[in-house]
Amino acid sequence: MNGMTQIVKKVTQLMSGLIFMYGLYIITHGHLTPGGGFAGGAIVAGGFILLILAFGSKVISLRKEETQTSITESAALLIVILLALAGLFLGVHVFFNNYLPQGQVGELISAGVIPIYNIFIGMEVAAALLTIFLALVIYKEEVAS
Amino acid sequence: MELIPALYIILPLLGAFLIPIVGHFVKGFQKTLSVLITLFLVVYSVWFYVVGYDAPAVTKVGGWEAVKGIPIAIYLVYDGLSAFILLTVNLIAFLSTFYAMGYIKRFTAENNFYALLCLMIAGMNGVVLSGDIFNIYVFLEIAVIASYALVAFGTEKRELEASFKYQVLGGIASLLILFAVGLLYWQTQTLNLADISAILQYEDQSTALIFTEVLLIVGFGLKAAMIPFHAWLPDAHSSAPSPISAMLSGVLIKAVGVYALIRLFFNIFTITYELTLVIIVLGTLSMVIGVLLAIGQWDLKRLLAYHSISQMGYVVIGVGIGMMIIFEDGNRTVAALSIAGGLFHLINHAVFKGLLFLDAGAIEYLAGTRNLKELGGLSRKMPVTSSTSLGASMAISGVPPFNGFFSKLLIIIAAVRAEFYLLAALAVFVNFVTLGSFMKFIRYAFFNLKESGVSLIKLRLPFSMKFSMITMVILCVLMSLMVFPFFREILLNPAVDVLMNTGEYASKIIGS
Repeated sequence: MNGMTQIVKKVTQLMSGLIFMYGLYIITHGHLTPGGGFAGGAIVAGGFILLILAFGSKVISLRKEETQTSITESAALLIVILLALAGLFLGVHVFFNNYLPQGQVGELISAGVIPIYNIFIGMEVAAALLTIFLALVIYKEEVAS
Repeated sequence: MELIPALYIILPLLGAFLIPIVGHFVKGFQKTLSVLITLFLVVYSVWFYVVGYDAPAVTKVGGWEAVKGIPIAIYLVYDGLSAFILLTVNLIAFLSTFYAMGYIKRFTAENNFYALLCLMIAGMNGVVLSGDIFNIYVFLEIAVIASYALVAFGTEKRELEASFKYQVLGGIASLLILFAVGLLYWQTQTLNLADISAILQYEDQSTALIFTEVLLIVGFGLKAAMIPFHAWLPDAHSSAPSPISAMLSGVLIKAVGVYALIRLFFNIFTITYELTLVIIVLGTLSMVIGVLLAIGQWDLKRLLAYHSISQMGYVVIGVGIGMMIIFEDGNRTVAALSIAGGLFHLINHAVFKGLLFLDAGAIEYLAGTRNLKELGGLSRKMPVTSSTSLGASMAISGVPPFNGFFSKLLIIIAAVRAEFYLLAALAVFVNFVTLGSFMKFIRYAFFNLKESGVSLIKLRLPFSMKFSMITMVILCVLMSLMVFPFFREILLNPAVDVLMNTGEYASKIIGS
């Protein structure tokens, strides 16, 4: 896959950092403001997709990246389940129990385990969307060649 | 062991996400893990039948207690009916997974296969355990989306077409179910099944409620492939790899289709005459038309798929007659007999139809084709397959002493005692047509010796395939024991009691 023009590349370089920052902001403030793991993860994946589209890449490196994103996705989901399972063994033995101290309402570090779930769900959504995008790109490249 | 219903969902999910990571590096990990998980779940189900538990066991996810009597947590409910369906699902899942160890070698991407299979099992267990209508929808989507991918696993033209058809019709069904969930939420302001039931008990049948019920019948009817919603089933079930066909036909249409219908219409909505009539008519249509469509089939797996529609008709009329008697306040013993017959036929069908699909897979594995016209004379070359096929065929066509005979007998006796003479006659008629259809299968596949004969592409079946097939044929005989009082009290009666005492579901769960 070829890259795009110099103008697009420059603008992407300037913008992608901001997009990542915004995505991470949405993920980490999931328990305080609208949004959360899913919305933020989609934005982060958008940043990656923008970079791949603007700069282009070879099919081989895309394939390698697809394996990595697919492993990341499974790992993130696994951690979510293990966090939920920890609730079964800690404290009052309830699945999905919120076992961390809950802090003050409205502060960034509060709400117990919810922000941690959000972070890993964001990771999984970003990786999953990227995997889908890469699968489509690889398919198209293979058909074209 | 302590009863933790969530384990039925957690373990397959853990398997589904561990397999893509560890299976990438460790050879053979995917098979071992999925077989161990399903085996553990079977043992776990059986264990609680042996030692007993306080029914219904309710888990509140997140530990959120009810506020002023209004449940706010997601409930997982493990009662007699759930336990019964969970046993069926996990038993067939274990045997199919074990069978797949030998069968699936010829496909690439084994990791994806086992991960999707685990995901599908998690989804089905979730549907059966969930005590919350929105989570029934969520788990249903998990199960059916995994099954779309598994149907297309061969990635040939036919498989992809079948999967696409399945996705379109399945998508319509999911949309209707989601719409019905929304309408229910609008009418009752709650999603918890027990709470909905408690609220609906004091309300009249409004037009909106009837509309919701119709949407649910169509949605879950599409998932259960009742005629006239059956168009996707023959393609999807015949195109999937054989262990998956066994799972789809054996348990998926039951867990996400029939179970959900039974649970909603017995325990949640008040039973009305029209609703019961619709369910009985759908069941009868499926039973009769399914078997008539099966007669002309020469593709072995397509023939079996049409018979699935027909046999599910038996389950639905068994349960439907029970519903009608409960509505009319008739003889409760007959109602219990009828429902017991329906549920008994459900687990029987899971075992013998699963076995028939596994046999079809074995024939395809060795002979390379499943067209009955090209087969013949396999009884000498494949003794295990031919004897297990004969057993399963006799079970499905109701020959004593196999399990199919007893469940059909219960349904027919109940139909006669409830004065549904036409239904009883039709059930007997359909049974004879089924017998004829399976005699055709046995004759053309195993005995019809031809001059040229079929040349086998492989010589031996792997041990794992033989083991699953033999276990299932033994189960076909052993499960007839369930008609006798001792086993019936342990296995069938708790499930029947949940359905017979329609109003108790709400009070028991909210009270706990």
